[in-house]
Amino acid sequence: MTEAADRAELVRLADVTKRFGDASPALDAVSGSILGGEITGLVGPDGAGKTTLIRLMTGLMLPDSGSVSVLGFTTARDPAAIQAAIGYMPQRFGLYEDLSVQENLDLYADLRGLPKHERAATFDELLTFTDLKRFTGRLAGKLSGGMKQKLGLACALLKKPRLLLLDEPGVGVDPISRRDLWTMVEDLTKEGIGVVWSTAYLDEAEVCDGVLLLNQGKLMFAGKPADMTARVEGRVFRVSGVSGRKRQVLAKLLDEEGIIDGVIQGEALRIVAGQGTEPAFRSAGDGAKAAPAPPRFEDAFVDMLGGGPGGRSRLAEAQQPLAGKDDRPVIEAKGLTKRFGDFTAADGITFDIQRGEIFGLLGPNGAGKSTTFKMLCGLLKPTAGEGRVAGFDLRRDAASARNQLGYMAQKFSLYGDLSIAQNLDFFAGVYGLSGQRKRERIHLMNEIFDFGRHAAQSSKDLPLGLKQRLALACAVMHEPRALFLDEPTSGVDPITRREFWTHINALVEKGVTVLVTTHFMEEAEYCDRISLIYRGRSIALGSPDELKTRVVTDDQPDPTMEDAFIALIRQSEAETRQAA
Amino acid sequence: MSTSPTSDRIRRFAALVRKESYQAVRDPSTTLIAFVLPLILLFLFGYGVSLDTTRTRVGLVMEETTPLTQSLAASFQASRYFAVATNRDRRVFEEDLVNGRIRGILVIPASFTTDYAAGNHPQVQVIVDGSEPNTANFVQNYAQGAVANWERQRQALMAEGAPAISIEQRFWFNPELTSRYFLVPGSIAIVMTLVGTLLTSLVVAREWERGTMEAMMATPVTAVELLIGKIFPYFLLGLAAMTLCVLLAVFLFGVPFRGSVVALYALSATFLVPALGQGLLISAATKNQFLASQLALITAFLPAFLLSGFLFEINSMPTVIQWITFIVPARYLIPSLQTVFLAGDIWPMFLHSIAVMLTIGAVFFLAAARSTRKRIG
Amino acid sequence: MWWTRLRALIVKELLAVLRDPKGRAILIGPPLIQLLVFSYAATLEVRNVDVMILNRDSGHWGQKLVERIDGSPTFRKIVIAANPQQVREAIDGQDVIAAVEIGPDFSRGIEAGTPVDLQIILDGRRSNASQIVSGYLTQIAGGLAAETPAGKRSAGRSISTIPRNWFNPNLTYQWFMVPNLIASIALLIGLIVTALSIARERELGTFDQLMVSPLRVHEILIGKLLPPMMIGLFHITLYILAALFIFGLPLRGSLFLLYGSGIFYLASVVGIGLFISALSMTQQQAILGAFLFMVPAMLLSGFATPIENMPDWLQPVTLVNPLRYFLIIVKGVFLKDIGLAEVVHQTIPLCLIAAVTLSAAAWLFRRRLE
Repeated sequence: MTEAADRAELVRLADVTKRFGDASPALDAVSGSILGGEITGLVGPDGAGKTTLIRLMTGLMLPDSGSVSVLGFTTARDPAAIQAAIGYMPQRFGLYEDLSVQENLDLYADLRGLPKHERAATFDELLTFTDLKRFTGRLAGKLSGGMKQKLGLACALLKKPRLLLLDEPGVGVDPISRRDLWTMVEDLTKEGIGVVWSTAYLDEAEVCDGVLLLNQGKLMFAGKPADMTARVEGRVFRVSGVSGRKRQVLAKLLDEEGIIDGVIQGEALRIVAGQGTEPAFRSAGDGAKAAPAPPRFEDAFVDMLGGGPGGRSRLAEAQQPLAGKDDRPVIEAKGLTKRFGDFTAADGITFDIQRGEIFGLLGPNGAGKSTTFKMLCGLLKPTAGEGRVAGFDLRRDAASARNQLGYMAQKFSLYGDLSIAQNLDFFAGVYGLSGQRKRERIHLMNEIFDFGRHAAQSSKDLPLGLKQRLALACAVMHEPRALFLDEPTSGVDPITRREFWTHINALVEKGVTVLVTTHFMEEAEYCDRISLIYRGRSIALGSPDELKTRVVTDDQPDPTMEDAFIALIRQSEAETRQAA
Repeated sequence: MSTSPTSDRIRRFAALVRKESYQAVRDPSTTLIAFVLPLILLFLFGYGVSLDTTRTRVGLVMEETTPLTQSLAASFQASRYFAVATNRDRRVFEEDLVNGRIRGILVIPASFTTDYAAGNHPQVQVIVDGSEPNTANFVQNYAQGAVANWERQRQALMAEGAPAISIEQRFWFNPELTSRYFLVPGSIAIVMTLVGTLLTSLVVAREWERGTMEAMMATPVTAVELLIGKIFPYFLLGLAAMTLCVLLAVFLFGVPFRGSVVALYALSATFLVPALGQGLLISAATKNQFLASQLALITAFLPAFLLSGFLFEINSMPTVIQWITFIVPARYLIPSLQTVFLAGDIWPMFLHSIAVMLTIGAVFFLAAARSTRKRIG
Repeated sequence: MWWTRLRALIVKELLAVLRDPKGRAILIGPPLIQLLVFSYAATLEVRNVDVMILNRDSGHWGQKLVERIDGSPTFRKIVIAANPQQVREAIDGQDVIAAVEIGPDFSRGIEAGTPVDLQIILDGRRSNASQIVSGYLTQIAGGLAAETPAGKRSAGRSISTIPRNWFNPNLTYQWFMVPNLIASIALLIGLIVTALSIARERELGTFDQLMVSPLRVHEILIGKLLPPMMIGLFHITLYILAALFIFGLPLRGSLFLLYGSGIFYLASVVGIGLFISALSMTQQQAILGAFLFMVPAMLLSGFATPIENMPDWLQPVTLVNPLRYFLIIVKGVFLKDIGLAEVVHQTIPLCLIAAVTLSAAAWLFRRRLE
C-alpha cells in the first residue's frame, strides 16, 4: 500500500469563513486538508462550527470567503459532482422514520443510482456489516439509537463513496455501539476512503489519524493527535493516596502554584502542571504519590485554552453546611420497577445514596437509567417499589420531596424566550422564595455566575457555557439537599465542564447529595459510586475503581471507565445467554 | 456508468414518489387532513350551514279581526317561509323578538279595514330583528311577497283586474334555492386547499425539521426532482379526497351533477397546481412545521373560505379586498365547480379559470423552486 | 407560599407568550386579520352586481323600467341583451347574476290596462345573492307599477309594507359582524394560547422541569389557565374598543354583564384548550386539534347561519358549543340592551360547560402525568 496513492488529499479548505447574521463568525478563516485512507476527527465542543464545516464540504452551503474544494471540485461551482461521489450522514442520520430499514436502503440506492444488478450483493454486504439483517422489515423510527446510526451509515455507503462525512455519529449512542461503528469505519479507510468523524468527545480524537480541533469557529489545531498531546508530555500526573477527602484536596491543588488543571479519577486525581513548573502537590498530603501519566487529548486542549478554572466555588461558600439529621440516606430506591405494557423498563432497582455522595447512573440508551432517574425525581410513578428523597416518600409526599431537590435536565431545559433575570425570578418563585431572601439569592447567583452583562438576553440566544451556568443557578437557587443531574455537561467545552464540577464537588463537601446520569466516561469518574444499568436491571454497583478492577485482565491491565463499561455489559450478556 | 442519465432520473423520481407514498399512508396526520377533516367539513356544509330560511318564526299581530284582515292573515300563514303565531297585542311578541325567539313581527293595524275600503293607503308593518341583517332582509322580502300574493288573489276575486305588472321569477340551476347545492361543491374546493396547501406544507417542513432534506440534498437528486417527487403523491391524494367528496355530495347530499367528469377532473387537477405550489413555497420559506401550519391556515384556508365567493359575494367587498381575491385560486375554482354540478359544462368559463389558476400556480412554483435550490442556510 | 409559586408561574406564562416571536405573532396576526377581513369582506349584503336586460318592448314603459333599474345604486353595470341567447350565455358564465326580460307587449299592455308579465331569471348557483337581488328588482317593478294608469287607479287600495328594523335601523352588516367577532376572537385566542402552552413545554423539555418543582398539579393547572384568560379578556377589550370607536356600534346594554359572563365563557374555552393541550405531544398537533374544534364551533354557533335553519337532529349538538351562548350575550348587550335575567339564562350553560371542560382537562392532565 503506497502512502502517496492512499493518502491523497480529498478536501482542501482555504481560509474558509462563514457567518450567520451579525454574530461572531461560525467559522473564522479555517484552512486545512483531509486525506484519503484516514479518519479525520473534527473535534470541538457544541457550537464550535463542526456541522457548518461539514455542510460546506457537501456543497449544501457556501463559504462567505475562502474556498472549499472536495475531490478536485470547488463547492461553489460543482456541487452536483461532489454530491455524486460523497457519502453524508447528517446529525440525525437522515433516515425516514416511517419507512422500514429495507425501504430506506431502496430509496437511497435509487437516489444514488446504484445499478440494479449490484443491489443484492451490496445490500447483503452492508446488512451483514451493520448487523441489521434481522431488522430489514422494521420501521427506522423503531430502531435503537445505535441501530439507526448503523442504518444511516449503510445508506451513506450504498454507492462506495470516496469521502464519507459523519456528523456527530456518536451522539445518543452508547459506548458499545460507538466502538462497533468505529471498527466499521476503520475497515473503510483500508479501502482508501477518507472519513470525517465529527465529535464533541475529546477522547475520540485520540484514536483518529488526523484531527481538526475547532473552538468558537477557530481552528485550534490541525495534525496528528500525538502532536497535540505532545505539548503536555511529562506534565501530567496521577496523584494517588491523597490524605483527606479527595474533592477538598483537588480544590486546594487547583489553586496551588504551577497546577493548571485537574480532575478526579476514581480515588486518584489527574493533575496537569503548567509549562516549566515543578508542582509540589503540597495539599495532597505526605502519603500521596504523584506518578507521571500518559497525556490525553483533553489535557492538551485545556492547556491550549490556558488552563482550567481554579478550585474555589463561591457557590458552595455561600451555602450553609447541611448537617445530617440522622444517618438516613438522602435518596433511597427500593425495588423500583416500571412497566410500560409488557415491557419492563426498570426492574427492581435498589440503592441508597448517603448525604454528601455523588452517585452515577450509567448505561446504554434505553437501558432504563432515565426511567430510574425519572422515578426518583417524581416524574414517573413506579409500578412497584418505592423511592424516597430526603425521607419523603415520592408517592405520598411528592410535593415535600420536590422542595428538597434541584433538577438539571439534559440540554438545560430553561425557558428559552425568557431572559436570564426572568428565568431566575421564575425558579425562585416556584421554589417559594420571596421578598428579601429571593432578592438575596438572585443577587448571589448573578454575582457568582457573572450574568450581569447578559441578564436581559433571551436565554436561548446565550452561548452554551452560559446556558449551562444558568441551568445550574436555577437548580441550586433554593439550596436543595439533593441534586438530580441528567447528562449535565454533554457537549460543553472542557473548561465549562471543569467549572461545573468544581461547584458540584464543593457543594457535595457541604453535604449536598447528587444523583447523576451520564454517558460521558470522564464524568463517571467524578462519582463516588456508580450503578450500571442494563436491560432494566442494575448489573453492577460500586466505586469507579472497583468496577475497573473487576474487569482487569492480562490484555487490559489498566482498563478505562469505558473499557469497564463495555466489559461488564458483555459479561452480563454472556450470563443471560447461559441462563437461557 | 452502465445506465443512461434519463433512466437514472426516472428511477430517482420513482423512488421519491414511492417513499412519499409510503409516508403518506403511514402518517396519521395525513389521514386526518386528507380524509377526516374533509368529511367533517362536508358534513358541516351539507347539514350544519344552511342559508335556506324555511319557516322563520314570526309573530302576527292582528289589531282588529275582520274578514279582510283574516284573509290577509291566512295569506301569511300559508307562506311556506313563515311559522306564524298570532295575537292581538304586539307587546306579547316584543320580548320574544329581543331574545331572538322570533325573527319578526307582522302588524296588521286596527285601521286596516277602514283604510282599505276607503282607498286610504292601507299599511302593514314589518318589524324585524336588525341584529341579524340577512334574516331581517329575508323576512321583509317574504312579507312583501305574501302581501303581493294576497292582493293579486283579491283583485282576481273581486274582478278588479289583475295588477299592472306581475313578476315571474325563475331561479335557474337551483329552482328550489337549496343552499346545500352550492355550499357542498364550494366546500370541495376548501378540502382541496387543505390537502394541497396545508398538508403539503407540513410534510415538506417536516423534512427540513428532521434533517432528511439535508440528507436528500447531499445525493445526486436535483432540486426539481425533489420537489416534483414530493408533491406528486399529494396531487393524487388531493384528487382522491375530491373524488370522495364528490361521491358523498351526489349520493349522500343529493346534489345534482350535470356536467362531465372530464371537466370536474380537469378543473380540480388544475386547482391543485397553485395549491401545491403555495404549500411548497410556505414550507421552503419557513422550514418549520408550526409556522408552516399557521401560514397555510392564514394564507390559504381563510382566503379560500372568505375571499373566494364561497360564502360572501366578492362584488360587495371593498375594492382593496376585491383586488386581493384575484390571487386566491379558490375564487376561480368555486364558481366552476358549482357550475359543473348545477349547470353543466360551460367551457368558456372553465378555460378562463384554468388559465388563471395555471398562471398563479406557475408563479408559486417558480418562487418555491428558487427558494429550494440545493442550498441550506 | 402557594401564592408566590402561582404568581411566578403566571408571570412566566405571560412572558413566555409575549417574548416568543411566534407567540406574539399569534396574538397580533390572526386578530388583526380577523378584524379587517371579516368585518369588511364577510358580508351577505349584495352590492355592485351586474344585471342584464332583454328589452323586447319598444314602448315608453319598457324604457322607463330600464332607467329605473339603471338608477338603482345596488347594480353596478346594466348590460342590454339583444337576444335570449345572450341572456343564457351571460347567466351561464356568471357575467350577470340576474336578467330581466321585458316582453314585446309590455308598454301596450300597460296602456291598455291589461296585466303584463315581467320575467326575471336568476342564477340559482348563488341562491342567497339571487334572492336578495330578486327582492330589489321586485321593488323597482312595484314602484313602476304604481305609476301605471291601472296602478294609479288602485293606488289607494294597494298595501304598503312599512319595514321597521329594530336594534339596527339601516341593517348595517358590521353591526352584526363585529359583535360576532368579539366572541370568536376570544375563542380563537383562548384556545390556541392554552392549547400551545403545554405542548410547547413538552417540546422544549421544560415540562419535566415544572413537574419536579414543588408546584402542585392544581397550581400548574391554574397557572396554565389564568394567563390565556387574561389574554382573552385583553383581546375582547380591544375588540370592544374597535367596535365602539372604529365601527361606531351603539352600546346599549351593560358592559359589566358582558365581562361577567365573558369570564365564564373564557373559562369554558381554556378548558377545551387545555384538554387539547393535554392530548397533544407537539405544538403541531395542538394547532391541528384547535383547528379541528374551531371550525365546527364557528359554523354551528349561529354565527354563520341561524341555528334554527339547521336540521332538527343537528340543533341539539349546538347546545354544547360555548360560542353559541356568548354570541347571544355580546349581540344582546351591544344592540338590544338585554337584561340581567337573559344574560344569566345564557350564562348558566356556560358555567356548566366550563365545569365539564375544566374538570375533564384536569383529569386528563393528571392522567397524562403517569
